[in-house]
Amino acid sequence: MLVIRNLRASIEGREILKGINLEVKEGEIHAIMGPNGSGKSTLASILAGRDFADVTEGTVKYYGKDLLSMAPEERSREGIFLGFQYPIEIPGVSMVNFLKTAVNEHRKHKGLEPLSASDFLKMMREKKELVEIDSKLANRSVNEGFSGGEKKKNEIFQMAMLEPKLAILDETDSGLDIDALKIVANGVNRLRKPDNATIVITHYQRLLDYIIPDHVHVLYDGRIVRSAGKELALELEKKGYEWIKTGEENSVQTWKPGMS
Amino acid sequence: METRNELTDKFSRLFSQTIPGIRASSFELFNSAREKAMEKFLELGIPTRKNEAYKYTNVEPLFRHDYDSFFIPGPDDFAKAERFKCDVADLDSHGVILINGFYPTIADKIKKLPGGVWIGSLNEAAKKFRDVVEKHFGKYISGENDSLIHLNTALASDGVFIYVPPGVRLNKPIQIINLVESEKDIFNQHRNLIVAEEDSDVSLIVCDHTLSPNRFLTNGVTEAFVGKNAVFNLIRVQNEHNNSSKITNTFIYQESGSRVSSNNITLHGGLVRNTTKHMLAGERAECLSLGLYLADKFQHVDNYVNVEHLVPDCNSNQLFKGVLDDMSTAAFNGRIFVAKDAQRTSAYQRNSTILLTPDTKMNSKPQLEILADDVKCTHGATVGQLDENAMFYLQSRGISKAEARLLLMFGFAHDVIRNIPVEPLRQRMDDLVMQRLRGELSRCASCMVKCG
Amino acid sequence: MQENNGNDIIKEVTSGEYKYGFYTDIETDKIPKGLNEDVIRLISSRKGEPEWLLDFRLKAYRHWLTMKMPRWPNLKIPAIDYQDIIYFAAPKSRTTEEKGGIDPELKKTFDRLGIPLEEQKILSGVAVDAVMDSVSVKTTFRETLAELGIIFCSFSEAVREYPDLVKKYMATVVPYTDNFFAALNSAVFSDGSFCYIPKGVKCPMELSTYFRINSANTGQFERTLIVADEESYVSYMEGCTAPMRDENQLHAAIVEIIAEKNAEVKYSTVQNWYPGDSEGKGGIFNFVTKRGICRGDNSKISWTQVETGSAITWKYPSCILKGDNSSGEFYSVAVTNHYQQADTGTKMIHIGKNTRSRIVSKGISAGMGQNSYRGLVKVLKNADNARNFSQCDSLLLGDKCGAHTFPYLEVDNPNAVVEHEATTSRIGEDQIFYCNQRGISTEDAVGLIVNGYAKEIINQLPMEFAVEAQKLLQISLEGSVG
Repeated sequence: MLVIRNLRASIEGREILKGINLEVKEGEIHAIMGPNGSGKSTLASILAGRDFADVTEGTVKYYGKDLLSMAPEERSREGIFLGFQYPIEIPGVSMVNFLKTAVNEHRKHKGLEPLSASDFLKMMREKKELVEIDSKLANRSVNEGFSGGEKKKNEIFQMAMLEPKLAILDETDSGLDIDALKIVANGVNRLRKPDNATIVITHYQRLLDYIIPDHVHVLYDGRIVRSAGKELALELEKKGYEWIKTGEENSVQTWKPGMS
Repeated sequence: METRNELTDKFSRLFSQTIPGIRASSFELFNSAREKAMEKFLELGIPTRKNEAYKYTNVEPLFRHDYDSFFIPGPDDFAKAERFKCDVADLDSHGVILINGFYPTIADKIKKLPGGVWIGSLNEAAKKFRDVVEKHFGKYISGENDSLIHLNTALASDGVFIYVPPGVRLNKPIQIINLVESEKDIFNQHRNLIVAEEDSDVSLIVCDHTLSPNRFLTNGVTEAFVGKNAVFNLIRVQNEHNNSSKITNTFIYQESGSRVSSNNITLHGGLVRNTTKHMLAGERAECLSLGLYLADKFQHVDNYVNVEHLVPDCNSNQLFKGVLDDMSTAAFNGRIFVAKDAQRTSAYQRNSTILLTPDTKMNSKPQLEILADDVKCTHGATVGQLDENAMFYLQSRGISKAEARLLLMFGFAHDVIRNIPVEPLRQRMDDLVMQRLRGELSRCASCMVKCG
Repeated sequence: MQENNGNDIIKEVTSGEYKYGFYTDIETDKIPKGLNEDVIRLISSRKGEPEWLLDFRLKAYRHWLTMKMPRWPNLKIPAIDYQDIIYFAAPKSRTTEEKGGIDPELKKTFDRLGIPLEEQKILSGVAVDAVMDSVSVKTTFRETLAELGIIFCSFSEAVREYPDLVKKYMATVVPYTDNFFAALNSAVFSDGSFCYIPKGVKCPMELSTYFRINSANTGQFERTLIVADEESYVSYMEGCTAPMRDENQLHAAIVEIIAEKNAEVKYSTVQNWYPGDSEGKGGIFNFVTKRGICRGDNSKISWTQVETGSAITWKYPSCILKGDNSSGEFYSVAVTNHYQQADTGTKMIHIGKNTRSRIVSKGISAGMGQNSYRGLVKVLKNADNARNFSQCDSLLLGDKCGAHTFPYLEVDNPNAVVEHEATTSRIGEDQIFYCNQRGISTEDAVGLIVNGYAKEIINQLPMEFAVEAQKLLQISLEGSVG
């Protein structure tokens, strides 16, 4: 569904992504790991359409379409979901109003009628259970006054509501205690279907104890320097990122067609 | 200072022409204040932008315009009110209809609403509630240096009187629908007095509507007294056309333990100037002063708010927010004054404005004057745009740019609406705000009059 | 804490001595009291000025006659008799610098003020222009600076030696028509400092002017002009004191700063004019017009002021942000104790694109002091992406003082982001108790808390000034608890 070819991007003239290659297929879970500043969040933002970075080279195809030319809301309606590292607080806009608007925009895009108020509330109730989110949160303004854990749960809740094809979870585990982490991971696992995919971006291995990836990529200094199965995460955990840094010269694996 | 000019001469002439008629219908105490008020007005003149209180609002042209008449209501005018049946906000409320700010005096000149609140013409009240009127009339505007208040005292012929006897608690709000209508361009002044006695509880909603396209200028003055432990909510919904100018001057005096809210919701109007003064004169009194202004085209909205903490242990809170579109402009002047011995004062003030186009302009002047040391006062003002991060967040959830803007503006405005203490009104207000932001004429839901 | 106890402590503070209140008995050449065109001609001729400058003075004087004292400040200013002031006073025994060395009495005076005028004794890295009453008595390190092309001298000398530069820049930022006191200064200004940093030069030392009022019945009207040419940098400091006297003395100065492309000017003031006694008798009226223009792109002007002295302060160091990407800063601590009054703040005028301004103002009121912040942030129509952040906090010590905030925000561009925050509070009893409990006296605790409160501003000062400013704060407020 997603093919990234030689993606280069810079922020204020400084190159952050130096040729990313990645392919994600339906049903897969990919983990992107890497030290701080390696470009993980930039990659996530570019895929969702945040325009603070300039794409200087490369292509991103999403179901064969040019993703980079699409507006953020189009991407969302086409099934791309970004779980924000720092979810935005929007005072005065209630969760219900916010999600109703979003869900109905998605439905309109699919040629469906908007949901009635009661159907919508029913849907909210069902999905809320999935992430064990406090039902009071739904009556509050978007993310306003939420704790760190509540914000992250709220991201997964929105993911459940919007049923994306490709979910990109940017550091969803940061700031979570182990119980919250399990709830979030559990939500992600339950939302998994044969025709959707997830990219989990994380600094630590621990989230991957709960969300088992099919592929693990290590992003370092704007490049994917290693790709392998889930065992790579464990190896990283054991040896630390220093291992990647010092061994960079020898261990660089460049992308070859079909390697995903 | 010599401020007499052809403009004050005009009002001087108006005074000599109309005063006999006004005197004949008005009560003694009112009449006895007129000459002095006129003198004071002539001395001060129509405020210009050199006047600090009118630095950002030029009212002079409004007074320069030659109106066809100075409005003094007659029986024909009130007949219109009889024909007008509209439950504006679809609320369970006690409805009263005014014409150009005047209480219809054809049938009951004053009446008792179910629940025990009296409402009627101020002139009539001076007979029936003589002591109450004498005790409060003119007391809360004394010492004011705004010439327009004096002009009102000099020339207003009548207005609304509301009396809430001690201990009377209304569970339904009183809704006043003020119809601004005439086939001529009119200048209009009315004078209101509201007295909420000890332990009473009343909410008053005032909706202004213009019904004819003529040019209107309204200069109204309201004095309100709120007794010990009483609760008083005043919600003003301003919805007038672009050719209409509205100047309101509201003075609210609070005794100990009372709770007051003033809510100025300006949805539409050519030029709107709201002066609101809160006097916290009894310990443990609380006041909330809210304002929302949504302006476009060439509209201008000015909120001049003055909260005076005169005694210890009072709380006040001001929140004024607005969205400016097209070529509209707005001003906010908020003052917190803490008197010398008003210790343990807690006072907050915030003004935020969003500018949508390059041609809008906002002037904000939040002020603190503090003469006591044990106080907690903060104020803040911001002028800016919609938050880009929030825009992206909404878009990333599939919401279109236009809809995202609308949602954010709505959320911004809702921050004011959610603080309105009359719960059943909030949903109504939210709906009106949404309609207004969508650019649909924000006429009230079930109102048959196509105003806006 | 009991209120009585608090008031006692306040009393204790008000008895605090003004350290710099001595008078130097030195023969002084004074002109007669009063102000008229002849007096202005006399000042001009004493200074041997060229015709154009006399013309400028006379024009300013004639304009001044048409003006009235500003009445809008939140100040109670007693009537000032402008005919009862001596407009020119110079220490007579001043030895010319050409002969090397200065009068020992003067040297002693400045030594007592902590401003030694011998270069070897001065804190390294600070060049000083010392001004007593109406004239500059000594400018140090001139030669060192001259090697870099930096001109640092008295204003009078600049008029003689660099008339073209003075003509080009003087009154371009503060015209004599600007306000009542600017007009007065333009008519009668006596001396001050002039400083020119040439293209590409980063001034290696702090430049500073020390102002001393000594004679009775005189007013001080100095004029400072700082020009930072393209790519240059300078940090400038100003200090001032005066003897203790029962009468009020007038100080009406003008400071103009011009920053060209990529230039940066930092201007720091520690203002410690005699504030009057605890009864409100005497003290300096400090009515000053300070303004800088960021004329070139990417230029920067930063004002830092610590205002502890003067009976009445009226000043608004301002920035006109004309160049694109230029930025202005204003950091201020103003203390009013006893009967002191201050109405001070800034104006940030955003004209160029991407201009930035930052205002941090901390007012501290004690005794019967009245402290007002007054500031204007104006964003003009074409100032795209202008940003301003203002923070104005007030701290009250005692229940007889007042704090006032009058910010004006005028925004005429939708890309602007303008934010103003303000708080007013008093020192918490719990904070003091916490310190007490740890063995810190109440006086020290107040000093500690006030210095913590003002830290953000003090940190902006050059090192040499920061220590002094901290001490000053402590002295002017020691023990005032309400």
